[in-house]
Amino acid sequence: MEEHGAEDLLCEAMGSAAQVVVVEDCVEAPGAFVLHLLLKRALAGCGSAAFLALAQPFSHYDRVLRKMGCNLSLHRRNERLHFFELLGFPGGAREGTIADSFALLYNEIQRLVEANRAGENEGQFTIVIDDASLLEVVALGSVSDVLDFLHYCFTLTSEMNCKLVILIHEDIYANEENMGLLLHLRYIADLVIKAAPLSTGLAADVHGQLAVVNKGTFSEQRAKAQKVWNFHFKVKENGADFFYPGSRH
Amino acid sequence: MAAAGGRTLGRSSFSRATSNLVASSSGASGVKIGPNGASFVSSGIPDLDRILGGGFLLGSVVMIMEDTDAPHHLLLLRCFMSQGVVHKQPLLFSGAMKEPVLFLGTLPAPVSSSKEDGRHRAMGPAASSDGRANDEGLRIAWQYKKYFGDDKTSRAEHKDNKQEFSNDFDLRKPLERHLLNGQNIECVSTQDADTLSSLQDCCSAFVSKLPRKDGGSSTAGRIAIQSLCAPQCRYFEKDWDMVSFIRSLKAMVRSSNSVAVVTFPSTVLSNSFCKRWQHLADTLLSIKAIPDEDKDLAKLLTGYQDMVGFLHVHKVAQPNSQVPVILEASTLSLKLRKRRSLVLERLNQAPVDGSSGPSSAASSSCSSQGSQLDF
Repeated sequence: MEEHGAEDLLCEAMGSAAQVVVVEDCVEAPGAFVLHLLLKRALAGCGSAAFLALAQPFSHYDRVLRKMGCNLSLHRRNERLHFFELLGFPGGAREGTIADSFALLYNEIQRLVEANRAGENEGQFTIVIDDASLLEVVALGSVSDVLDFLHYCFTLTSEMNCKLVILIHEDIYANEENMGLLLHLRYIADLVIKAAPLSTGLAADVHGQLAVVNKGTFSEQRAKAQKVWNFHFKVKENGADFFYPGSRH
Repeated sequence: MAAAGGRTLGRSSFSRATSNLVASSSGASGVKIGPNGASFVSSGIPDLDRILGGGFLLGSVVMIMEDTDAPHHLLLLRCFMSQGVVHKQPLLFSGAMKEPVLFLGTLPAPVSSSKEDGRHRAMGPAASSDGRANDEGLRIAWQYKKYFGDDKTSRAEHKDNKQEFSNDFDLRKPLERHLLNGQNIECVSTQDADTLSSLQDCCSAFVSKLPRKDGGSSTAGRIAIQSLCAPQCRYFEKDWDMVSFIRSLKAMVRSSNSVAVVTFPSTVLSNSFCKRWQHLADTLLSIKAIPDEDKDLAKLLTGYQDMVGFLHVHKVAQPNSQVPVILEASTLSLKLRKRRSLVLERLNQAPVDGSSGPSSAASSSCSSQGSQLDF
């Protein structure tokens, strides 16, 4: 009972209408679990998703999500999940090839989104990117190519009414001169979920804290609603616990 | 004390019980099957294996942040490589030196088991099955455990004399030549290379010989890369090439039956690239030498004389799971036991000397070292 209520804390903070969600994390507090939760939510009901996996192979996500009660292999076979295994995504040395391979990737995604829209089961389509920092590595530091690609994906949210979930490692962009990508993502985001370690250090029952910033630009009636949420989390195999500081012992 | 140190907390209960599986059951030499479909190879330091929950995970990239002044990371790297040689596993070594082959001459030899003292073996993974049977009977205070050690050691030796998962290494004794000669060992120098592409080709050729099997019975390979971003390398300025290399190394290792250990001097990288490297690591360790004759530290910690440095565990590879590993202590002291083999212990705070103003002395030394140690 308590767990059900606690899981709602993130859902409540997120609202329902956010189209672009940016998850920020750092070395000390990995935020991949938020991505897993959002992927599970995206596939629930009759939604479908495109997952750009640059960080881990499919078997990893499959096993993790299976423990959370979501069978990725099955979704993949039913063509609800379109998994792009990009661990060895070509990071060519020449300028043109990177832009070209991004363009090919985008075309593929666009085709999927259009097919989903044309199909009879019109569910919500979600694009999940794990993670944007690695896109930059793929492009060998060419931020403009990455920004182009992300912007194209972003246009799909308004044109095709699909959602975008992006993970980014925030601590890489702590310096002022290379903040471009992070600032851009924060700008297009409706919702920023930021994972951070506790300032008091590591703990076995609190793995860190989440700050959810709801920009509230997507619906006027939520203007009165709370805009910033802060709570602690504990990651479990089958999900995560969210709770206010001090509300558990 | 040390037996309880660094044991992992926060794992789900069903994965705990299987994590003590013994190496010999899996078939391949020096490979241990763990929970969640993971298999491990030994790091060459039995204590480190125990702390990391079994050893270095096959298919993962282990990164070690070097100390700026002292070459302590080489201790870890040597133990890792020696363990591979002892297990007859293929090894690829790349170093930022002119003749990386010469580095093989400095690898330590395993301590012969007859000279082994019992205290340590009782905690090693080979004896854990015996230890568990012991736990169910009378609980014996840890001080007295050493008296039971000899008996236990001899039994464990009889059981798996052929192949042990991890050995202790005698850092003063070099590895015998004949072990190195008949081996599948490749050496690459990164010092004179203009780009990393040759190293990348070597790695992919090395890894392609070690396909991943679900049965887990194929041999495991080890890739050891020393000082990847050392300033003497010509590709040093090409930050993006280096990150991209690590990314492709990770992809290669993931799909094969091997583990890569990369040490790098983190201070020569810019902050943001250092973070990128850390994010790419599956297991992240950092090592720090301790200054000689630091009076404050010597007062604060017991056994300061034997310590050579601190090992900090930042991140532990998590096979197919999203739950982070929370260690009981993430900073450990690296000690040389009998000036020969490496052991890791939790930091133990020394009892405060009552005669010299206890509270003020303790608090001041605590705060002065606060940045370096966390208790």
